[in-house]
Amino acid sequence: MFQEKRPERLIDLNGSRVDGRKLDQLRQIKLEVGILDKADGSAYVEQGKNRILVAVYGPREAHPKHIALPDRAVVRCRYHMAPFSTEERKSPAPSRREMELSKVIREALEPAILSENYPRTTIDIFIEVLQSDGGSRCAAITGASLALADAGIPMKSLVSACAVGKIEGQIALDLSDLEDKYGEADMPVALMPSFNTITLVQMDGSFTLEEFSKSLDIAVESCKQIHEMQKTALKGKYLSIKEEVEEKEESEEAGE
Amino acid sequence: MSLTPQISPMARIEQRTIVDMISRGKRIDERSLTDYRDLKIEVGIIEKANGSAQAFLGKTKVMVGVKVETGDPFPDTPNEGILTVNAELVPLASPLFEPGPPDENSIELARVVDRGLRESKAIDLEQLCVEAGKKVFVVFVDVYILDHDGNLIDASAIASLTALLNARMSNYEIRDGEVVYKPGYKPLPIKNRPITVTIAKIGSSLVVDPCLEEEQTMSARLTAAIDESGRVCAMQKGGMEGLTIEEVKAAVQIASRKANEIREKILEAAK
Repeated sequence: MFQEKRPERLIDLNGSRVDGRKLDQLRQIKLEVGILDKADGSAYVEQGKNRILVAVYGPREAHPKHIALPDRAVVRCRYHMAPFSTEERKSPAPSRREMELSKVIREALEPAILSENYPRTTIDIFIEVLQSDGGSRCAAITGASLALADAGIPMKSLVSACAVGKIEGQIALDLSDLEDKYGEADMPVALMPSFNTITLVQMDGSFTLEEFSKSLDIAVESCKQIHEMQKTALKGKYLSIKEEVEEKEESEEAGE
Repeated sequence: MSLTPQISPMARIEQRTIVDMISRGKRIDERSLTDYRDLKIEVGIIEKANGSAQAFLGKTKVMVGVKVETGDPFPDTPNEGILTVNAELVPLASPLFEPGPPDENSIELARVVDRGLRESKAIDLEQLCVEAGKKVFVVFVDVYILDHDGNLIDASAIASLTALLNARMSNYEIRDGEVVYKPGYKPLPIKNRPITVTIAKIGSSLVVDPCLEEEQTMSARLTAAIDESGRVCAMQKGGMEGLTIEEVKAAVQIASRKANEIREKILEAAK
């Protein structure tokens, strides 16, 4: 497999990053909703080289029964990476990283879900990373909240997520794999934009307190930007159904 | 797969009392909102380990053993030694712990402690290289939870850093790419001393070092690791609810203020 070498500079003299972006620019994002047939809700996310599928099943009867809670739904979440999603083949067995991410992603989504509406049931969120780039947990959260909405599960808000980091001493939005690897810090943040509530924040690297505070503000603003894209994607599904029906009607009329 | 945890009915009954008290600035063990429980640290209790420490944070008890062995380097860091952190939620420590493979809580605990040590570059891993690409030293940090009364993250991080400061490795020389041990010991190459501080949100207040009852009541927690230069080097939010932007910033400020106090106690114990 082709391996990306460490570039000489992560930011060139014009302030452009390795992939040509400015410091405050998100990668190209593509969001699609309702793309799986059997799942109750589903979404597909592309962000940079990330390719992520999310399916939601439920609320459905809890199996095994003893995991059910009497006053709310149990939310189950699995973040999993396909063996071909990384440069070197990843064993399909769940790694420690995947187990931790399953937990933090669930905790990022739970505050938004009105789980008390569905006691004794489970709501299952299955995340498959088909190809991974930097910031896959954020893209997964963005996609998972779309899939939950697509499944018709009542939520207080969508959850939008994106990461802010530091490369060559400068705060940069939405780090790619390469920038994460050779940069100095990375901080994924998830937000419920309607409440300004942060539901996930992790960080590794080195930030001064000022850098941290500034990065958090940038992350929150970018989450709001992604929130708009999520709303467009959700509406997009119904617009395309409407168009399909209209076309069908027109062709039927023409046939008569 | 990660699923919503169950909370015991007893904990639910206690929740209201705890929230009420904290809203009046009081805690069930009469601390102030920004106080740690009493911290006691012992070192060198396990002779067979290269380094060891036990941290008593209130009634929480954590033992850490450090072992240093040789092993293969990772292909992407051929000239660096390896740091591995593992945490065992030993069943004798709590009715909530069960024997079996590590669950998400023990993995998260180990990974948060690991991130603090790794990202602050607490150990100079390049000094632990024996032969680039072939052989390096592996530092195993094994966290053993012996009594669980809340805030395992901070207690584990305290015991881990102390055990690393306490650790000695044999002198050695390299003969034909093999490590040959010689008499005498030297300390591990420690470069930085990160401290993790965990802050819980209970009601609308932020409290430092939650005990078990407070953990079962908190809506969210934020852990920040602060290094010697006062920089943030790792963070982790946990819990079932969210935090406002102001709360996240306030929690990191509190953490950076508390870190020095804990670091002094560790340095004192490891002397």
